[in-house]
Amino acid sequence: MDLTLSPSEAAFRDELRAWLAENHPGEGPPGDDEAFEHRREWQRKLFEAGYAGFSWPKEYGGRGATMVEQALFGEEMARAKAPSPVNVLGMVMGGPVVITHGTDEQKERWLRPILTGEEIWCQGFSEPESGSDLASLKTRAVKSNGEWIVTGQKVWTTYAHKAKWCMLVARTDPDVPKHQGLTYFIMDMKQEEVQVRPLHQITKEPEFNELFIEEARIPDENVVGGVGNGWAVAITTLMNERAGLGAAAAAGVKMALDELKLLAQERGADEDPLIRQRLAQLTIEVELLRLNSWRGLTQIMKRGVPGPEGSLPKWQWGEINQALTELAVDILGEEGAYWDSPWTYRLLRSRANSIEGGTTEILKNIIAERVLGLPKLR
Amino acid sequence: MNFDFSDDQQAIKRTAKDLLADRFKLERVRELAEAGRYDDDAWKELCELGWPGIFIEEQYGGQGLGIVELIILMEELGYALAPVPFLSNAATGLLIQSAGSEEQKQRWLPGLASGELSGAAGLLRGDEAKLVPDADAADVIALCGAEGVRVVERSAADVQRVATMDSTRQFARVRANGAGEALEGEPGPGIGAGLLAVSAELTGVAQRAMEMAVEYARDRKQFGRPIGAYQAVSHRCAQMLLETEGARSATYYGAWTADAQPEELELAASMAKAYASDAGWRVCSSSLQVHGGIGFTWEHDLHFFLKRAKVDALLWGSASEHRERVAGLSTVEATAAV
Repeated sequence: MDLTLSPSEAAFRDELRAWLAENHPGEGPPGDDEAFEHRREWQRKLFEAGYAGFSWPKEYGGRGATMVEQALFGEEMARAKAPSPVNVLGMVMGGPVVITHGTDEQKERWLRPILTGEEIWCQGFSEPESGSDLASLKTRAVKSNGEWIVTGQKVWTTYAHKAKWCMLVARTDPDVPKHQGLTYFIMDMKQEEVQVRPLHQITKEPEFNELFIEEARIPDENVVGGVGNGWAVAITTLMNERAGLGAAAAAGVKMALDELKLLAQERGADEDPLIRQRLAQLTIEVELLRLNSWRGLTQIMKRGVPGPEGSLPKWQWGEINQALTELAVDILGEEGAYWDSPWTYRLLRSRANSIEGGTTEILKNIIAERVLGLPKLR
Repeated sequence: MNFDFSDDQQAIKRTAKDLLADRFKLERVRELAEAGRYDDDAWKELCELGWPGIFIEEQYGGQGLGIVELIILMEELGYALAPVPFLSNAATGLLIQSAGSEEQKQRWLPGLASGELSGAAGLLRGDEAKLVPDADAADVIALCGAEGVRVVERSAADVQRVATMDSTRQFARVRANGAGEALEGEPGPGIGAGLLAVSAELTGVAQRAMEMAVEYARDRKQFGRPIGAYQAVSHRCAQMLLETEGARSATYYGAWTADAQPEELELAASMAKAYASDAGWRVCSSSLQVHGGIGFTWEHDLHFFLKRAKVDALLWGSASEHRERVAGLSTVEATAAV
């Protein structure tokens, strides 16, 4: 066991930390469009420094980073409170899918503009009737005159209004079992057959969108991984991102926890024994999130598959974030009710942490079935 | 960055697991618990194998390995609920190795390493230590108080056996009344390692209880299907995994700091003890819930684990007390950006 960084790992981290200190873009301007452009420029800067698409193989414009480096990258970005790059979905999901399942032409066409931030990607998976049961999705793609005609509705689509490309999973064969009749497409968002409508969430902002797709066209060259293979292709994206995200998420909540402790100090709440107990419990759980992420990473590096602790971080992170924001608002008391309090947005936004990217209930099912070997009901 | 055990450490774990599974089938654990005694032959065997001295320096007759190796054994001992006085002996040796003078170490450590000397360690509340494992049978008792650690000969101490809900282990209340000798050195490392030892034991206990629950949930059928197919049950088991793995991560990390990054040990040890204390009880009681009525019977073995978990949680500082220590050790400097 050695939980220190090797000299090369430490050198990588130090280099990145120094670069971030010098190149941090600062807080974005107010206004959605302005903020978006600010992050697009930040992505460009990351790209020019070789930090965009960090985990991608070098031949596709990435750094071919090791898993430890990916985890360190996530940690340092969180520690520096750097904004997330504007094309995070393209870099974390779209790009890896194309790299793993795409043809050479597809790689040539799509990969570089992801990294530079020129072409923004969004994800078209969930539908109003298909959330946790994603394989039941109904958006339909029909082959006609050598191209695909798509009709359906998608929901919870981040960045749809800014995106050029949509990672769209649609049903191409309604006559086979549901998982087998799906195909993964890259759909051009800039066609009028695709309507984007913002979804207002409880935090007031429209972070997500609905997509109304009415006979949109997708060329056959935009099928990724083969017709009927959509489910397998969609699942690949979920596998790789876990390791890096776990460490980044842990670093992010550590920053929030430190901020919370300063708040408690300012208010004298850190003298209250009950508050101290809750702060200590959060301290422990935040540290465990970090440790579980690193333990999970070691398992993946050594054995190629995560150990049981690897399936825990996303679930844990949601619970920690919710408990942390609740404690903050408790400490603030009546001021915690104010709309413009720094913790109000985070309190409300944290309610989605146990739902987005896989609900806690689904994660528990996965743990119960795949880690503990318990039988399925359905 | 490598959070895995070395090949040697994994070999220790496998060997310990297999040996304890063979020597301590649950019928044997039950038999000894109901008789209120330990397995002396097995203890002798473990002593001959060098287990008690695993962390004791070679110059004092030990194996010269570290706290990671110690907690590897402790986790397996907890998993097996092994009826031997390993923990108390280890805790005593840890304190003496940490804070004893050269002469004291020479006097006591070899016996503790070989098992010829029996040790017990307790936490003083005022002038009484209320929950000291194996004090009655001990030769020497180490008592930690506000003023540091004193080691007292059994004959000079006032020791009252006390029955606890954990019949797999023997406990006593101890008063030293000023007898014994002080350990003048720094006890911190010994205290930290001792807390990690019991945290590892709790991790093993939780792991066993979880496995029992999962096995039961797979086998027990109601309404035409295994109860583990129902989410109320399967989700409960997932929660058990989360807590057991948390206790494990905390313990392994803490043990690593004891060997490699001692300035982090104090905080890591209290984090582990706090978390593992809660996890042990919660996982065991959750396992009981999965078992339904049968889990509530004396005849089912689960209650032995449940009770060990509760008493371990109370031993050497409760979860709340250790959380209070964590709070004190993990404040953020207002001026420093982390």
